[in-house]
Amino acid sequence: MTDPRIAGAGVTKFGKHPERTGRDLFAEAGLEALDDAGVAPDDVDALYYGNFMGELAEHQGHQGPLMAEAIGLDAPATRFEAACASAGAAVREAVKSLRNGESDVIVVGGAERMTNIGTAAATDALAIAADDLYEIRAGMTFPGAYALMARSYFDQYGGSHEDLAHIAVKNHEHALVNEHAQIQKAITVEDALEAPTIASPLGLYDSCPITDGAAAAVLTSEEYAEDHGLDAPIAVTGTGQGGDNLALQDRPHLAQTPAADKAAEEAYADAGIGPDDVDFAEVHDCFTIAEVLAIESLGFYDHGEGIHAATNGETDRHGELPINLSGGLKAKGHPVGATGVAQLATAAWVLDGSHPRADAVPDGTVGVTHNAGGTVASTTVHVLEVRE
Amino acid sequence: MTDAAPDGQYDAWLDAIEDGEAYYIECENGHGWLPPRRVCPDCGSRELTEEQMPESGEVLTHSTITVPTPQFEDDAPYVTAIADFGPVSVTGLVRGIDPDDVTIGTVVGLHVGERATTGDRAVVFEPR
Repeated sequence: MTDPRIAGAGVTKFGKHPERTGRDLFAEAGLEALDDAGVAPDDVDALYYGNFMGELAEHQGHQGPLMAEAIGLDAPATRFEAACASAGAAVREAVKSLRNGESDVIVVGGAERMTNIGTAAATDALAIAADDLYEIRAGMTFPGAYALMARSYFDQYGGSHEDLAHIAVKNHEHALVNEHAQIQKAITVEDALEAPTIASPLGLYDSCPITDGAAAAVLTSEEYAEDHGLDAPIAVTGTGQGGDNLALQDRPHLAQTPAADKAAEEAYADAGIGPDDVDFAEVHDCFTIAEVLAIESLGFYDHGEGIHAATNGETDRHGELPINLSGGLKAKGHPVGATGVAQLATAAWVLDGSHPRADAVPDGTVGVTHNAGGTVASTTVHVLEVRE
Repeated sequence: MTDAAPDGQYDAWLDAIEDGEAYYIECENGHGWLPPRRVCPDCGSRELTEEQMPESGEVLTHSTITVPTPQFEDDAPYVTAIADFGPVSVTGLVRGIDPDDVTIGTVVGLHVGERATTGDRAVVFEPR
């Protein structure tokens, strides 16, 4: 079985680009990925594309073929929607198609335009990843949902808002040198703790910003990369996906994310590795508490033990297991439908040494990406490894 | 202008709460859910019955929301909580208590109230 290679990647600057259309954002990232890969557009077998709120933000459904057109592809194109894990789901399906021999070259990507509709409408659009009848109508917002999980975590396992603040400080520091990041500004624990509350106990600096942006990658079969002499030493060696009840109220545990546990177990088994083999990870920290839940589900910490990781310096760029060297969603930004592929691009760049924070893991050979949808009712995990 | 169509079994469930006859759905293996359900996601059973909801529940977790969606603009700040009613948990707005006084373990009853912003019905918890 082939382990698909990442032949090229492209990511726009994440941030506020209210005047730029989704198709323009994706065209920038997609063309950069194709150029980076050196793959002829005629060789592309399909586009797998992630997007979540296109209907609400741009009155645009059916974005697959639109985005294929935007990057000059005459190939079947399908949009994947799994809330914030949309692009991760697209990557997973691309990996499967390349492995089973159906395809040799697939462009995976995603884009989201969010700031053009303003904070209130974007908050509303994000909320529909929750259960409309039982959560949104009870006032649930996405910060609110993660706040419910954070309070439950503190109650069951301990930890404090100050521990969460250390996660924000870490991820802001990581983003300082990332030119793609939306926020390149250092903050202190005091800044985070004194920021306005959005949904208690979470404040402004516990939350990722609202972001416009796009990401794309060209994945090829091993054989195609060899036959065409591509410089593509990074392989996707493991893929996993898990699901859970959509509504928090229907889950037996409010401070764990079993969908991510399942995705991680599957991805590790697929790659033939375990959490101890991982050198770094890009995880879905849409809120600071989400990073805690992610590093526990990925097996780096036992449940209830991940809360102090950033406080103790274990997950910063000088620590044993750097988490979110890109700045994470927290500081890099979170253009929802693009995030899963932006994580893939970051991990590939860290492994090939071209990421500005790659010096955190100079001998790193294994990276993991964790992309969560909604309150982790959908999760994909991918393992990337260096192959020569 | 015509009124929006009701949301089937969900609105019927709200009606039942208003009538003092709140219920949940239980499968033959004792797993509890809220309507609408045709199958138990836990065990796959399609033998579902309506059972009487316990009169009180306990707050499992809560948050005071200060940045709302437009549908809750005039309600903010407000408290959203998940409360454990035994066979099922329910998400609702906590009213009738100072938000600072809501804690995990607060005992609440299940009611239906109106959203200040839209006038639409919403599940409401009040201390018992």
